Amino acid sequence: MKKKALGLLAGLIVVGLMGSMALAAKLLLINGAGATLPYPLYSKWFYEYTKVDEGVNFNYQSIGSGGGIKQITAQTVDFGASDGALTDEQLKQAPGELFHIPLTAGAVVVTYNLPQISQRLKFSLDVVADIFLGKISRWNDPRIASDNPGVNLPNANIIVAHRSDGSGTTNIFTDYLTSVSRGWETTVGKGTSVNWPVGLGGKGNEGVAGLVKQITGTVGYVELAYAVKNNLPYADIKNKSGNFITPSIESTTAAINGKVNSMPADFRVSLVNPDGADAYPIAGVTWILVYKNQTDKIKGKKIVEFLRWAITEGQKYSADLLYAPLPKSMVNKIEAKINQINY
Amino acid sequence: MKIRFIDTWFKRATTFLGLSVVALTLLLVYTMSRNAGLAMHKFGWNFLFTSTWDPVKEIFGALPFLYGTIVTSLLALLIAVPVSLGIAVYLAELAPHYIRQPLSFLIELLAAIPSVIYGLWGIFVLAPFLRVSVQPFLTKYFGFLPLFQGQFYGVGMLTAGIILSIMIIPTISSVCREVFLVVPFTQREAAAALGATPWEVIRVAVLGYSRTGILGAVILGLGRALGETMAVTMVIGNRPEISASLFAPAYTMASVIANEFAEATSNLYLSALVEVGLVLFFVTLIINVIARLLIWKVSSKVKGQIRE
Repeated sequence: MKKKALGLLAGLIVVGLMGSMALAAKLLLINGAGATLPYPLYSKWFYEYTKVDEGVNFNYQSIGSGGGIKQITAQTVDFGASDGALTDEQLKQAPGELFHIPLTAGAVVVTYNLPQISQRLKFSLDVVADIFLGKISRWNDPRIASDNPGVNLPNANIIVAHRSDGSGTTNIFTDYLTSVSRGWETTVGKGTSVNWPVGLGGKGNEGVAGLVKQITGTVGYVELAYAVKNNLPYADIKNKSGNFITPSIESTTAAINGKVNSMPADFRVSLVNPDGADAYPIAGVTWILVYKNQTDKIKGKKIVEFLRWAITEGQKYSADLLYAPLPKSMVNKIEAKINQINY
Repeated sequence: MKIRFIDTWFKRATTFLGLSVVALTLLLVYTMSRNAGLAMHKFGWNFLFTSTWDPVKEIFGALPFLYGTIVTSLLALLIAVPVSLGIAVYLAELAPHYIRQPLSFLIELLAAIPSVIYGLWGIFVLAPFLRVSVQPFLTKYFGFLPLFQGQFYGVGMLTAGIILSIMIIPTISSVCREVFLVVPFTQREAAAALGATPWEVIRVAVLGYSRTGILGAVILGLGRALGETMAVTMVIGNRPEISASLFAPAYTMASVIANEFAEATSNLYLSALVEVGLVLFFVTLIINVIARLLIWKVSSKVKGQIRE
């Protein structure tokens, strides 16, 4: 009996191996690595795309933007992904011309823990910066109060929580603070990890959320998607036009719209503090990095086809996962760029 | 003839395996030194004695990480050593037989829990408990000491030290128990024959005799505490600052590497992180050497006592 079962098992394994070998022969594997922020959307795309093109399979490792940049520069992957644009120096280090293809945008929200307050808090441009600089250290500070008339702000210390791990979320958030606050720009600056003047560091969105949830009077920042899924409260932020904007998918798409006119040709754009009456000011795009001259003819063709699909058809999956779909005007510009890829 | 052939080859093979550990260690130091070269060249010894860690401006000083690692580990030892000794003495000398087995099993089980679980428990259970109950108590009665001043965050050096102590208690206590069990029975009988009380038998005959072993167990625990990454990262507050208060957030060497390595893009930044790794390696090495010396010193003292 036991022998029979073993034989059956061995048979199954052989059949399985043969099957997967046959599949592997037919499938083209395209490797990518990089940013973690867009990973949920990318993995959804790669899954849906197998229905569009059965001959191609994507293998994406969400090892972080830094790793993505390193691997595409070393040409160990077919495409990279990053939440931060490459610097001129980094572009020079790459063995060929690298394209930044923006695929989606995400927003970063300011979350807080003030159990006694039921209204949504509002913050002006530089108030957030001064809180994270430690210049505003009490919740009943007149500058917070003047943004929130009628709200009974507690007379308590503000405790700042920030990401301790290097992340694209921090990059977007510090990019925003740098653009609105001169003080932030000179003392801290922007990056995936920065030298925080005050506060506690939590590892990952969950680490920051854990600190904010537990300690009354804490303020922190997390991705919009994370805040919505975990029911964290988040603040309205005043934009360039002077309106307080609630972070949402729509207001993030509006932020991209606000930058379309001033979009640089290589798409290395920062979305923070955009024009537009209803644009949310703390947002960022995330890019796929591909070489202009593809060395592998078949792979190059498949990558271009996928990118084209992602910026058109693929955009309908963004909103469900709380990423902002690209506006139409932007899609046309990106398509022109994709057409320049040689294979 | 044949036996001699096997013997020679067996000797050669085991020599090779033994030496490969040395080679691996040297290779490790070589690779890390090479990759840390950029930061070593730029900052020199200042890397160890300055406390600014600014990835944007690319100024790196590792002193806060060094401080955080050493203070949390020592704090962990301070808590874990007495508790572990108590556990080990109870298990080896005093506990009835039907308790020994299950209790030893449970303690060894503690050692098998992954550190991320300890970290999560630290965030959701230990940190709030410390913030609400323990920290206000300490400030109220011992607040005159700078150790127990400042805001109650819950996370910080105290929390990290406590989590670490829980993680190293199984290591220290199970090694100590084994050490106590091999103390010759004649040693205990000799002490008892001279009129020693049970407490004196344990103190003189068992603890005294096993000094070397206890030290070894403590060093083993310290090694684990120095290198622990995940659980500490989750509860220490990750702030590169040196503060006298145990309530204050801090940072450790292992944590900063785990946190920042994945997203570090510039060469100098990466090289600074590798240098932190190198420093951690040497700190562990130095502590092990000191421990070795201590063990030599202690074991030479034991010579005067009764031996088998």
